[in-house]
Amino acid sequence: MSNNYVELSNLSKVYPTPKGDAVIVKDFNLKIQKGEFVTLIGHSGCGKSTVLSMLAGLNDISAGGIILAGRELSGAGPDRGVVFQSPSLLPWMTAFENVMLGVEQVFFTAGKQERREIVEYYLTVVGLADSMDKKPAELSQGMRQRVGIARAFALKPKMLLLDEPFGMLDSLTRYELQQVLIELWRKNKITALMVTHDVDEALFLSDRIVCMTDGPAAEVGEIMEVNFPRPRERKAVMEHPDYYRLREQLIEFLEVRAHRQPAAQAGPKPPVAPVVSPPQPPVEKIPPSADAEKFSKARLNPA
Amino acid sequence: MKTFKLDWIILPLLGMLAVLGLWEISSLTWAKDLPTPAKTWEVSRPYLAEPFAKRGEMDQGILRFIWYSLILVAKGYTLALIIGTPIGFMLGLSPTFTKIFDPIIQVLRPVSPLAWFPLGLMLFLSAGRNASELGALFTIAVCSMWPTVLNTAVGVRAIPQDYLNVAKVLKLSRTKTLFKVLIPATLPYMFTGFRLSLGIAWLVIVAVEMLIGRPGIGGFLWQEYNSAIYEHIILCIITIGVVGFILDRLMSLVEKRFKTA
Repeated sequence: MSNNYVELSNLSKVYPTPKGDAVIVKDFNLKIQKGEFVTLIGHSGCGKSTVLSMLAGLNDISAGGIILAGRELSGAGPDRGVVFQSPSLLPWMTAFENVMLGVEQVFFTAGKQERREIVEYYLTVVGLADSMDKKPAELSQGMRQRVGIARAFALKPKMLLLDEPFGMLDSLTRYELQQVLIELWRKNKITALMVTHDVDEALFLSDRIVCMTDGPAAEVGEIMEVNFPRPRERKAVMEHPDYYRLREQLIEFLEVRAHRQPAAQAGPKPPVAPVVSPPQPPVEKIPPSADAEKFSKARLNPA
Repeated sequence: MKTFKLDWIILPLLGMLAVLGLWEISSLTWAKDLPTPAKTWEVSRPYLAEPFAKRGEMDQGILRFIWYSLILVAKGYTLALIIGTPIGFMLGLSPTFTKIFDPIIQVLRPVSPLAWFPLGLMLFLSAGRNASELGALFTIAVCSMWPTVLNTAVGVRAIPQDYLNVAKVLKLSRTKTLFKVLIPATLPYMFTGFRLSLGIAWLVIVAVEMLIGRPGIGGFLWQEYNSAIYEHIILCIITIGVVGFILDRLMSLVEKRFKTA
């Protein structure tokens, strides 16, 4: 395992406007090791998706650069599998054809049968063996996102980029798909970067959680190591003695420290009282044995 | 359910009866030259009873005339789609292209077929015998392509960014992006344009045939006007309407098949 498989250095995004430059992301630095699962967490609109889409090549980089596996990135490419927030399937194609579209691009040297097997394998792994020939309109939202996940993994990408992949799903489906994702990730050992604003999702999936400060000029606030043993199982993770500490730490960051103005960064922590943020459920009062449902209620930004 | 079915037949019949009544009364009272429905039927019978008869250049069964007209329409319409669809795609894909050509399109769009036809004839004067046919095709194409152009452009602009992102992330080639993403995503809009274009092409054919005096439903209409056989004018009007209606229905069936998601 080589260090720093992915390196984002001084990454910035600036939109020129008539009133001057709007700095969305400023000097964003992050190193990701091979096979690591890293989550970017932050408030809506803080620029975390912008970082991801620059990495995906869907958004131009204003300054700084990204190195993936020793090469500087320019533009989009199928060496990065992207799972979008909306499944983004082409509605005139079946689930099979949607996955095949990417497989054809990447495995153009493989035979027809071989490509078929790749597509069928990944659709089966995500639990869609019986629905391969269905069009997206015939699939539920959760099934569509399964196709989206299969499409990303089937490319055998160097890196997986997940842009709030479960944001549009109900909580039961979300848990199911988190499990599907983590299993696939473990088997394929793909370096992954996910964007989310769901604290529990971040804790369950990640090796490291990168907290972003609020925009404009968002940057890395804190980085938190998550060392729950893998393979992970939801119940075991939630009962882990560190779970609460980490969760509280994350929420505290999002409620308090994320709002720091970049200028005030070096200064003392601002007092808790004047912080304007939506009232959160009193996390510390939930007993450790609380079930998953209660956790979902404590999510930062309930859908 | 049963009453609904009856409504479906009875109500349109009622409408037709009302119009026939109005027609009958008109021809008996204030419009003495207007033949009555019964007279119209009688005089038109040979054309309807033997729809494929060919008694002379301008004396043929009604289906034969329709056939001639449809062939001319098909040629001009195909031309319109071949020219109009790519223009629509370019308008949709390139804002610069739109800025350059949109004003011209907006100015040319409302020009009547009657105004285009002389220009068409002039353009193809050197073609000699074929000049009138080429002029007719030019007129049909120029008049009927605008709905295709504009609807295709709207369709291309309406392609969700998600689909374009997929194409970008998978690094699809330009051709593959066009055929696997852009065209399928635009098809529903394109077919709406195609349907409207066909309607206009059929509208234009009558005018054009009247001008070139060529056998066909419009040519027949004009000749019968000159010979003052008013029953046949009515026959032609009804025929043109029915054929136009059928074409529109057929196109909307095709259109529905391409509606995605």
